[in-house]
Amino acid sequence: MTDTDVSAAEPAQDAAATEPVEHKPRSFRAALRSAEFDARLAGMLIALAIIWVGFNFMSGGTFLTSRNLWNLSVQTSVVAIMATGMVLIIVTRNIDLSVGASMAVVGMAMAVVQHDWLPEWIGFDHPLTWVICVVLGLALGAAIGAFQGAIVAYVGVPSFIVTLGGFLVWRGLAWWVASGQTIAPMDSNFRLLGGGAEGTIGGTWSWILGVLACVGIVVLQFTKRRQRARYGFGLRPMWAEIALGVVSCGAVLGAIAFLNRYYLPPALAEQRGQAGQNISLGLAYPVLIAIAVAVLMTFLATRRRFGRYVYSIGGNPEAAELAGIKTKRTIVRTFTLMGLLVGLAAAVQIARLNAAVSSLGTGMELNVIAAAVIGGTSFTGGIGTIAGAVLGALVMQSLVSGMVLMGIEAPIQDIVVGIVLVLAVTLDTILRRRTDSS
Amino acid sequence: MTMQTDRGTPLVELRDIRVAFGGVHAVDGVTVDLFRGEVVGLVGGNGAGKTTLIRTLSGAHPADSGEILIEGEPVTITSPRDAKALGVETIYQTLALADNIDAPGNVFLGRELTTRFGNLNDGAMEDATRKLMGRLNPKFQNFVVPVNSLSGGQRQSVAIARAVHFNARILIMDEPTAALGPAETKQVTDLIKQLREEGLGIFLISHDIHDVFDLSDRISVMLQGKLVGTVNKADVTTDEVLAMIILGKLPGEVTQKDLAELH
Repeated sequence: MTDTDVSAAEPAQDAAATEPVEHKPRSFRAALRSAEFDARLAGMLIALAIIWVGFNFMSGGTFLTSRNLWNLSVQTSVVAIMATGMVLIIVTRNIDLSVGASMAVVGMAMAVVQHDWLPEWIGFDHPLTWVICVVLGLALGAAIGAFQGAIVAYVGVPSFIVTLGGFLVWRGLAWWVASGQTIAPMDSNFRLLGGGAEGTIGGTWSWILGVLACVGIVVLQFTKRRQRARYGFGLRPMWAEIALGVVSCGAVLGAIAFLNRYYLPPALAEQRGQAGQNISLGLAYPVLIAIAVAVLMTFLATRRRFGRYVYSIGGNPEAAELAGIKTKRTIVRTFTLMGLLVGLAAAVQIARLNAAVSSLGTGMELNVIAAAVIGGTSFTGGIGTIAGAVLGALVMQSLVSGMVLMGIEAPIQDIVVGIVLVLAVTLDTILRRRTDSS
Repeated sequence: MTMQTDRGTPLVELRDIRVAFGGVHAVDGVTVDLFRGEVVGLVGGNGAGKTTLIRTLSGAHPADSGEILIEGEPVTITSPRDAKALGVETIYQTLALADNIDAPGNVFLGRELTTRFGNLNDGAMEDATRKLMGRLNPKFQNFVVPVNSLSGGQRQSVAIARAVHFNARILIMDEPTAALGPAETKQVTDLIKQLREEGLGIFLISHDIHDVFDLSDRISVMLQGKLVGTVNKADVTTDEVLAMIILGKLPGEVTQKDLAELH
C-alpha cells in the first residue's frame, strides 16, 4: 500500500532531484494561465475602473478626488465586513436574510449598555467602555448567528425561512430594547470605530501600514514559490511573479498616497493648533477593520480546514458528508461567523452615526447579498471569494456615491443598482458556461 | 445460506443485516462475508438492495438491526468517519467528489494534511497525490483544476486514489467500471487484482454479472432485499449466476429450461 507518512511537511526525496521547471507559455492565453491569472477578479477591477473614470467624467472631476474616495472607503466598510461572511453562507447553499435586523438589535444593545448602564457602573467616558461594548456586540451577534445556524443545520429548516423569521423577530426586538427611542450620543472612544475626522490613524501610520502590507505581499509570494520549488512543481514564470509583486505593492502604496491627500479641514487643524498645515487624515478605523476582516476571512476560507469544508459542502453536500466531514457543525460555524461580523459591523455603524435607532441597517441584508453576488458568489454553491465580495461592495457603493455626486434621485439610484446586479450575474453566468464547455 | 469456509476468521462479516425505508424492506436479513486477499462480487438487479447493504458497512446509512464484525470483533459503524477509522474505504457509484475542488483537495477531503500551525499543507497534498497518480493513472496531469473539468475516467482515478491512499483493509467499489471506456476499465481491473495481491478484501458491486465475474473469487447474489446465495466463482457459470439474479434459484435448483429462458 501507499506510504501515508507524508503527514508532515516532508518534501519528497525524489522531488529534490528534479529541478523546478517554469512553465513555457506558448500563447498569450497560456501565458496568462501559467501566471495563474484570476480573470474574474481582473474583470471586476476593470469594471470598477470604468465606473470610476465614467463617474469622474460625468461629475466634472469630483469623483476621483482624495476626499471622495476617502469617504467611499468608509462608506463601503460596513457592507464589506458583512459581505465576507455572506460569501461563506451562500457558498454552502444557504442565505442569511436577517443580517440587517440582527445588526439593529446588536447595535441597540451596544448603545444601551454604553449610554445607560456603563456610566452608572464604571463612570462616564471610561476607557474600557468601548472594549466592553464591542465584546458584548460580538458575543450577541455570534449567539444570534449560532442560534439560527443550529435551526438550519440540526433541525433542517431552510435557511431562507429561518432567517426570514429572524428578519422580523430581530427587528421587532430592536424596537423593544429601547421602546423605539433613538439612543445618542455614543461614548467618545467608541465613536472612533466609525471613522470621522478623529477616527483615523494619520498619514504617517498609513504609510507605515502600507509598507508593511507590501512586505507581507512579497513574503507571501516568496514563501509560496519556495514551497512549490521544494516539491518540484511547476513555477510561475519569474517575469509574472515580479510583475504581480510590483503591481500589488504599487496598488497598495498608490492608494495610500492618494488617500493621504485628504487633509483635515482647516477649522479642525486650527483647533489642534496646527493652523495652515496640511494634516493627512490617513486610513479610517472602519476601513482598517474591513481590511483586517477581509484578510482574516480569506485566510480562513483558503488556508484552513474550515474553509475547505465550507467549499466542499457547497460543491457536493453528500460527498462532504461521505468524506466524514461534520457538515452540520460547519454550517453552524458559518452562521456564527456571520453573526460575529454583524456584531462588528453594528459597532462600526452606530459609531459612524453616533446614534442607534431601531431602524438601523434596514435593507442592509440586500446590499450585503448583492455585494457577495456581484463579487462572483454563486447561489448554486461552492463558488465565491472574499476578495470578490469586498470588490462587489466597493462597486455598489461606487455606483451609489457617483450617482449622489451627479444629483441623481434615490429611486433612479435603486433602478441602476438593480440593473447592475442582474447584469453582473448574467455576464458571470454566460462567461462561466463558456469556460466550462471549453 | 453462506459458504462453508475453513480460512479462519473473515475480514468482514455482515450478519443478518436489515434496513427498511418506511414499510419497504430494502435489505432483509442478509449475511455476507469477505476474507483477506479476496474479491467478493455482490450482484443483483436494480433495487435488489446491494448498495443499501453496503452503505451500512461504509457508514453512509446505519442498519436497523444486525451485526458487523471486522476480524471477528463486533464493531459499531454509524458514520463514514467510523468506517474509515476501521479501514473501510468506499468508492461510490456517484464518486462523491466535491466538483469545485481540485484533485488533491478531493483525495484528502476530510483528512487534510496540515502544517504544524494547522494550516492546509497544499504542497504536501499535491505532492502525495502526484505520487499516487503516478502509480494509478500516469497520464493524469490536472492537479490544480476543479475536478468538474476532468473526464469521467480521470474523476474515477481521483475517487480511487482517495480510497487506496489511507491504507484501507476493506475496499467497497460500487459499479466501478460502469462509466468507463475499455482502456480505463482495464486500468481499474488491473488495480483491483493488484490490491487483492496486497491482501485487501474487496466488495465489488454490480448489476451486471459480466462486469465482475472474472474478477470475483466468490459471488453473493441479492434479489428483492434478500440474499439468494453465495457461490464460489470456480463452481458456477455466468448463466447459473444469471439464474440466481433473475429467478432467485441456486445452481442446484435451476433447470435447463430455466437457463434456456434467460436468453
